[in-house]
Amino acid sequence: MRTISPLLLAATGLALATLASALPAQGSPPAQEEVARGKAVFARHCAACHGRGPGDDGSPKLPGTAALAARYQGSLPGALEEREDLDTETILYFVRHGSGPMPMFRKTEVSDADVGAISAYLSASAASTKN
Amino acid sequence: MSVLPPDLDAARFAEALAEMRQAIGPDWVFASDEDLGPYRDSFSPVWDTQQERLASAAVAPADVAQVSSIVRIAGRFGIPLFPISTGKNFGYGGPSPNVHGSVIVDLKRMDKVLEVDEARAFALVEPGVSYFDLYRTIEERGLKLMIDCPDPGWGSPIGNSLERGIGYTMGAFRDHFGASCGMEVVLPDGEVMRTGMGALPGAKTWQEYRYGFGPDPAGLFAQGNFGIVTKMGFRLYPRPDHYRTALVTVPRRRDFVKLVEQCNILSDAMLCGEPVYASPLMALMGNPSFAALATKKGGASDAALDAAASEAGLPAWQVDLQFFGPEATTRANFAHARERILSAIPTATVIAGEDFPLPATKEQLANVAQPYRSSIRRHGALGVPSLGIWKIVREDGHLGFFPVLARSGEEVFRMQRVMGDALHEFDQLPSYFNAASAPLHWHPHAFQMVFAPPVKRADPAFNAMVDTAMRRAVEVAAEHGWGDYRAAPIYQDAVSDTYSFNNHALRRFHETLKDAIDPAGIIAPGRGGIWPQRFRKR
Ligand SMILES: Cc1cc2nc3c(=O)[nH]c(=O)nc-3n(C[C@H](O)[C@H](O)[C@H](O)COP(=O)(O)OP(=O)(O)OC[C@H]3O[C@@H](n4cnc5c(N)ncnc54)[C@H](O)[C@@H]3O)c2cc1C
Repeated sequence: MRTISPLLLAATGLALATLASALPAQGSPPAQEEVARGKAVFARHCAACHGRGPGDDGSPKLPGTAALAARYQGSLPGALEEREDLDTETILYFVRHGSGPMPMFRKTEVSDADVGAISAYLSASAASTKN
Repeated sequence: MSVLPPDLDAARFAEALAEMRQAIGPDWVFASDEDLGPYRDSFSPVWDTQQERLASAAVAPADVAQVSSIVRIAGRFGIPLFPISTGKNFGYGGPSPNVHGSVIVDLKRMDKVLEVDEARAFALVEPGVSYFDLYRTIEERGLKLMIDCPDPGWGSPIGNSLERGIGYTMGAFRDHFGASCGMEVVLPDGEVMRTGMGALPGAKTWQEYRYGFGPDPAGLFAQGNFGIVTKMGFRLYPRPDHYRTALVTVPRRRDFVKLVEQCNILSDAMLCGEPVYASPLMALMGNPSFAALATKKGGASDAALDAAASEAGLPAWQVDLQFFGPEATTRANFAHARERILSAIPTATVIAGEDFPLPATKEQLANVAQPYRSSIRRHGALGVPSLGIWKIVREDGHLGFFPVLARSGEEVFRMQRVMGDALHEFDQLPSYFNAASAPLHWHPHAFQMVFAPPVKRADPAFNAMVDTAMRRAVEVAAEHGWGDYRAAPIYQDAVSDTYSFNNHALRRFHETLKDAIDPAGIIAPGRGGIWPQRFRKR
């Protein structure tokens, strides 16, 4: 049991398959309500680290945005709301597995459906940022 | 379901989970490896090793009655439960339990702010309410109240205060358990109890007079394992009209002794908020010869440190002062502080900082206009929850050891020296105890100092070194009368062992209570170093 990671990965794959079937077919734009709900979920659970504003006490960026900006060195935006490449599966992976300093989030905090809504919101916000 | 609770086979556990699903709904019982992943401690130094403590399942009740049902079922099957409120206890174990195979009781769904009374300055909340939630509720209702929050705003008043967490405004509010008033608890037999005035039917003072009549057991539930807290009241700070800052610097190392004495008086007389100490000499730690001096075994001499300071043109110490209240009062308190400090230390320099009415504007919250280099984190200082602090989290997190010491300059120097020497050999770690390390005045009446070594998930050898250093720190500190204030489950026995007066009379007392109140030993066995009889025998 101690080698939990491969099991987790396999199990997550299953969940993603289930979730994917619940999402609108690829290419169709997400419904407005889904985008609005995603925006609210993002504001509540993600924006304090991954938002676009400045960080605290003179830091130019919030911690998650700063970490991603440092990782991508300009090849991708640090702010998630400007990323066009984040599909539900990718977001769900990071939400449930965390990454470095970012811990994992439980279903009682952010449900799989919430992650779908976040994804819809991020696509919409990235598109509007681009425009 | 690859982890089982202790002493239970898979079939019996499946039966227990079926009963739990019946009690709270199938969607809220999590037993797959996938769903349990986020209940691991992402900061764990023992990730994927035999020492890691994993949950066998997690259950998320929606209300108090469901909490009672879960407790009763667990009691019948002898399953250890581990309650969490928001489960963000990073540095201290995250959401992970003391006993491998425990069922986590995740209270996040119980997220109602039940009451906020502006005129009487209190709130009553459920465990899933985060600091962000409480702040937002107060803002949305336009109430003139200020909360006191830890740096990360995603934790909860209940979870944080049950860990005796701290914040950054006025002393009475910084001690979060101290600022709590009245709780509701589901006891190990499933019964619901209220403390203080909550025990008197019809009383309107549950959040105002914490004691009621007779002994007050509320303290047993902080860092304890006597029940699951389902509601808790908190005193709030009527939002002061004005905020003012100042910086005091003193040139010589030993000036710190008098500086601390004066700040203690200001603080104890409730004339200032948190005094935030720092040594400007910390800026020299990148210079190898200063670093060697500041970390010298046995401690550098005051003269050598003063010479280094004057060569660099830096004062030895500084303290950020903060004043809250009506504008005129903050001005008067600042004037008083200046006069008091200058008459005790004529060579001190006192610089006026910013002052502005509360609530702060966005620009004021951003904290970029102090006329000096300040150590204050503005969000925390003004009770505005944030996650900006996460910028300090490196690698895969860190551990926390924050030994408690007396509020005196001499004692700070002693801790710098003793702990610096004790941890000298761990040269892969940054130096936490050196001649420029400052104390934290988080708790209103005691100092703490920081040891927060990083964790690297992909480097077990590094983590093993960190683990050895943590245990060494706990042991050496205790030999000098300094104890940790809070610890991750994997360190709770080691810390509890150090509170050993009269052959561990305190722990024996707690364990006698534990056996009486929780004979099946199901609520967080091992938390606070308190083991029920069933586990003590092992
Ligand atoms: C960078 C960083 C900065 C931090 N800054 C601070 C800070 O400024 N101040 C501070 O205090 N901490 C700080 N912490 C530590 C920690 O993150 C916070 O204390 C956090 O609030 C604790 O998590 P929580 O509120 O979600 O509590 P939980 O994780 O929900 O609870 C903590 C523990 O209390 C017990 N418990 C919780 N709920 C119940 C219940 N209902 N009934 C019975 N027992 C219960 C459990 O044992 C649980 O493990 C910091 C950590 C990091 C990494």
